[in-house]
Amino acid sequence: MIKKFDKKDEESGSGSNPFQHLEKSAVLQEARIFNETPINPRRCLHILTKIIYLLNQGEHFGTTEATEAFFAMTRLFQSNDQTLRRMCYLTIKEMANISEDVIIVTSSLTKDMTGKEDVYRGPAIRALCRITDTTMLQAIERYMKQAIVDKVPSVSSSALVSSLHMVKMSYDVVKRWVNEAQEAASSDNIMVQYHALGLLYHLRKNDRLAVTKMLNKFTKSGLKSPFAYCMLIRIASKLLEETEGGHDSPLFDFIESCLRNKHEMVVYEAASAIVHMPNCTARELAPAVSVLQLFCSSPKAALRYAAVRTLNKVAMKHPSAVTACNLDLENLITDSNRSIATLAITTLLKTGSESSVDRLMKQISSFVSEISDEFKVVVVQAISALCQKYPRKHSVMMNFLSNMLRDDGGFEYKRAIVDCIISIIEENPESKETGLAHLCEFIEDCEHTVLATKILHLLGKEGPRTPSPSKYIRFIFNRVVLESEAVRAAAVSALAKFGAQNDDLLPSVLVLMQRCMMDSDDEVRDRATFYMNVLQQKQKALNAAYIFNGLSVSVPGLEKSLHQYTLEPSEKPFDMKTVPLATAVITEQKTEIAPVATSKLPEKLAPSRQDIYQEQLAAIPEFQGLGPLFKSSEPVQLTEAETEYVVRCIKHTFSNHMVFQFDCTNTLNDQLLQKVVVQMEPSEAYEVARYVPAPSLPYSQPGSCYSLVRLPDDDPTAVSCTFSCTMKYLVRDCDPNTGEPDDDGYDDEYVLEDLEVTVADHIQKVLKPNFGAAWEEVGDEFEKEETFALSSVRTLEEAVSNIVSFLGMQPCERSDKVPENKNSHVLFLAGVFRGGHDVLLRARLALADGVTMQVTVRSSEETAVDVILASVG
Amino acid sequence: MDSAALEPSLYTVKAIFILDNDGNRLLAKYYDTGLYPSMKEQRSFEKNVFNKTHKADNEIAFLEGMTIVYKSSIDIFFYVVGSAQENELMLMAVLNCLFDSLSQILRKNVERRCLLDNMDGVFLVVDEIIDGGVILESDPQQVVEKVNYRAGSEQAFGFVLLDYITGNMEGQADENPLSEQSVAQVLQSAKEQIKWSILK
Repeated sequence: MIKKFDKKDEESGSGSNPFQHLEKSAVLQEARIFNETPINPRRCLHILTKIIYLLNQGEHFGTTEATEAFFAMTRLFQSNDQTLRRMCYLTIKEMANISEDVIIVTSSLTKDMTGKEDVYRGPAIRALCRITDTTMLQAIERYMKQAIVDKVPSVSSSALVSSLHMVKMSYDVVKRWVNEAQEAASSDNIMVQYHALGLLYHLRKNDRLAVTKMLNKFTKSGLKSPFAYCMLIRIASKLLEETEGGHDSPLFDFIESCLRNKHEMVVYEAASAIVHMPNCTARELAPAVSVLQLFCSSPKAALRYAAVRTLNKVAMKHPSAVTACNLDLENLITDSNRSIATLAITTLLKTGSESSVDRLMKQISSFVSEISDEFKVVVVQAISALCQKYPRKHSVMMNFLSNMLRDDGGFEYKRAIVDCIISIIEENPESKETGLAHLCEFIEDCEHTVLATKILHLLGKEGPRTPSPSKYIRFIFNRVVLESEAVRAAAVSALAKFGAQNDDLLPSVLVLMQRCMMDSDDEVRDRATFYMNVLQQKQKALNAAYIFNGLSVSVPGLEKSLHQYTLEPSEKPFDMKTVPLATAVITEQKTEIAPVATSKLPEKLAPSRQDIYQEQLAAIPEFQGLGPLFKSSEPVQLTEAETEYVVRCIKHTFSNHMVFQFDCTNTLNDQLLQKVVVQMEPSEAYEVARYVPAPSLPYSQPGSCYSLVRLPDDDPTAVSCTFSCTMKYLVRDCDPNTGEPDDDGYDDEYVLEDLEVTVADHIQKVLKPNFGAAWEEVGDEFEKEETFALSSVRTLEEAVSNIVSFLGMQPCERSDKVPENKNSHVLFLAGVFRGGHDVLLRARLALADGVTMQVTVRSSEETAVDVILASVG
Repeated sequence: MDSAALEPSLYTVKAIFILDNDGNRLLAKYYDTGLYPSMKEQRSFEKNVFNKTHKADNEIAFLEGMTIVYKSSIDIFFYVVGSAQENELMLMAVLNCLFDSLSQILRKNVERRCLLDNMDGVFLVVDEIIDGGVILESDPQQVVEKVNYRAGSEQAFGFVLLDYITGNMEGQADENPLSEQSVAQVLQSAKEQIKWSILK
C-alpha cells in the first residue's frame, strides 16, 4: 500500500513531498479518468486531493479549465465511496468561485442532504449553501428549516452555521428561520446550542429588547457548552455597555457568576469582560483579578499569556488592583515564552516602585532582541509612561532607548522609540543634549523619511538654544548631501534656524545655504534661496516672522481664500489676515495602548472643525458678508441633560459680529416643533441683528437655529456680555407612533440657561514655536504692564490653568507646565485677537500667600492690549 | 480599538495553517477575506510567523496584530490565528482538536510524510473543525467519527514488506502489483521510517 502515489513522486525519495512537482496541466489531464466507467474511487480520490492541494497552494485555475474539471467531478457522485464523496463536497466549496455553473450539483446535494446517510448530510448542507444564492435559497428553504431542527447534531450544526454565513447575503429569508433556531438552542448537543445562540443573536442584534429576553432565558436555563457561555458573556457585556446599566444589574451578576464556572475558557472570558468594562470599581475588579492571578501559575502557556495580557490592561487603569499579583508576575519574567515575559515586565513597570525600575530594565535588555516588533512597541510605551512617572530615571531610560534605536526594527517600532525620546527631551531639560545626540546618530543611518524630517525639525527647534549649537550643523548638513528631497528640504529649514538664532554661526550657515541653492530639487533650492535672502537682511523681526514662527493659518482655509481671490481679481493685494486661523492642535494625552494591531487605515487630512462650520455658515444667505469666520467655541449646554428639549450653543466669532448657533433636539415623541427661535436679551451694548429660525423640529432629529449679534463699535473693549435666552416655538401635538401632527398648534416658550460671551471668544489660540522671537517681532509699541494679586488661588498650577482657560490663548514653550517645588514661574501665552492682531502675553507669577501676577501684554494694536488687561482685572 | 470589547460573533478563527519544517505551506485556510487577501501576503505572513515561532515551542505568540497559537510535532507545525482580542483558550481548543484528530487519523504518526500521504483526510478534518471561521466541532472524537477516514499508508512498513515477501497481496487488488524495482523503494522507505522513529 505504500505505492499509493505515482512513480514520479516515489523517485524523488520517500522523505520528499509527493505533491512537490505537481503540474496543473498534468493533474487536469489526469482528471479525465473521472469519466471512465466503472469509477476507480482510489485513483479519483487521489486526483481530487491533488486538485485541492494545488488550489490550496494558490495555483490559479482559469475559468474554462476549472469548469471542465468541475463538470468531470460531478460524475463522481455516482460512486458510493464515502471519502470520495466527501472530497467532492470539498472540491465544490473550493471551486464555487472559480468554476461556472456550479449550481448544476444542486440536485445531487439536495438529495444527499435529505438522504439516509447521516455522514453525508451535514457536509452536503454546507456545500449546498456555499453555492446557493438568494433566489435559489427560497427553493431549499423547506429543507433548511427541517435540517436546523434535525435530531442528528452534525446536521443541525451544519444548517445553523450555513444559515449564519448566509445572513449577510439574504437576511430576509434567514430571518424566517428564527423559530427553528430557537428550538435548536434547547438541544442537548453543546455545539448545536452554541451555533443556535450565535445565529439567534445575529438575527436579533438590532433589537435590544429581544436580545435582553434571549439573555434572560439562557442565563437562567443554564447552557452546557463553554463556547455558548463565552458568547453569552460577550452579549451581556455589550448590552451592559450600551444600556450603561449599573453594576447591580442581573447581567453583571451573571458575568460575575461565570467566574466560578468549571471551564477555564469561560472563567477567563468573564474576567476579561469585567476588566474591559468602563468605570469598573476596584472592588468589582478584585474577583476577576484574583482568578487571573491563579491563571498566572498555570502550566498552559496560552492561559498564562491570556492572564498576564489582561492584567497588563488592568494595570493601565488600576495599577493598585494588580499589585497583589506582583509576586506571580515576577515569576513570569523568566518565562521561556518571551511574549509572556515581556507582558509581565511591562505590567510590573506600571505597578512597581521606582527602586525596581533598574532591575526590570536590565532584565528586559537581556532578551529584547528575541521578541517581536509588536512587543518591543509595548516595551517602549511602558518606558514612556514610566518616564512621566519617574522623571529622575530618564538617564537609564535614555541609554536603553538609544540601544534599542540601534537594533533592527520596523517603522512602527522606530517611531515609537523616537516619539518616546522626544517626549523625554520635552519633559526633562537636562536630558536634552544626550537625547539630541542619540537622535543625530540615528538620522545618520535612517531609512524612514518621516522620522528623519521629524528629527530635523526638532533639531532646528531645540539645537540653536543648546550651549554648543555648532556640533549639530555637521549632522544636518550631512543630510543635505546624502538624502532624498524631502529630507534635504527639512535639513535646509533646520539650518536656517541655526543661522537666524546664532550670530556667530551665521556666516558659515550662509556658505552652506549657498551650496544648497545649487540643489537639483526645486523645493530645496526655493527654500535655500528664500532663507538666504531673509538671513542676509539680519533683522530680528523678519527672522521671527519667516523662519521661527511659520504660517498660522489653516491650510484648507488658505487654499479656499486663494481660489476665491483668483476668481475675483481685484486691485488690492491678497490679505493674509482674511484667512481663517488654524486652530492650535491640543496636544492629546497619549493614551496607552497594549499590543494592538497597527491601524492600516491611511490617515486622511480631514478638514478641521472650524472649516466645516465656515462652510455651513456660508451656506446661509443671512450670514453672507460677515467675512471669514474667526473662531468657533466648544458647544455650551443650555439645558439640563434629561429635559424635554436639549439645546446647546456654539459661538461663532466674526470680525464685527457674532453668530450663535443653537443645536436643538426635541426629545418628546408626541410633539412637533416649528419656527424655533432662541430669543436673546443682551446685558451690555450688544445688539441682536437677526434671527434665523429652525423651520421644524421633529422628534429626536436635531435642528439648528441661529442668532446674529452685532458687536458694539463705539466701545471696542466691551468684550464680555451675558445673554438671557428663551426658546420660542410653535407646538403641534402629534401621534407618537406615526408622527402625524395635528392641524393646528399653539405658541409656547422654554427658558434656557444664560449664555456668556467672554474674552476667550475673541481670541484665537496660535502656537508660536519660538516665543522670544515673536515677542521681539511685535515690539513694545503697545506694551502695557500691570500687577494683580490672585488671592483665591493657592498654587501656581491652579493659577496657570485658570489664566489659560480664561483668556483662551495658547501656552508657548511648554510654559503651562509648572516645575515642582518652585515659587515663581513665567507663563507665555500667544493668540490672535479678533480682526487679526497678534497678542502676546507674559505673566510672571510668584507664590506667597496667594499668587501675585505681573502681566505684560504686547500686540500690534492697542485695543487688544486694553481688552486683555481690562478683562484680567 | 483595544478597549472595545469583542463584538459577539461566532467568527472566531481568522486562519489556520500547517507548515513543514522549512516553513513551506502544507495546508492553509484563511477565513477572513479582509486579512491578507493575496497569496503573496499570506505567504509572507506565514514566513514571518514561522521565523518567529519555529525555534521555541512556546504555544502562543502575538504577531502582526494577531494572536497565534501553535504546536509542533516532529517536522510539522500547526497554527491557529485569531484576532488580538480573541479568547486565547478558544483558539487553543481549536488547535488541540485539530492536533488530536489528526493524531488519531494518522495513528499517532503526526509527521510530514504521513500527513502528506493522507492529505485527503487532513482536508476533511480541517473542514469538520472550522467552517468559514466558525468553530464547527471541538471534540476530536466527534471529528474523527464524522470524517470516518482510514489512513492509507500507515500500516507498519515492516508488515508491508512482510506481506510483499510472503506474496500476500490482499487489500492491494486495485493497485498495480509491486514491481521488482519497487522492492528497493520499499526498503528505502522502511529505512527512512526507522530513521524517523529513532529521531522521535
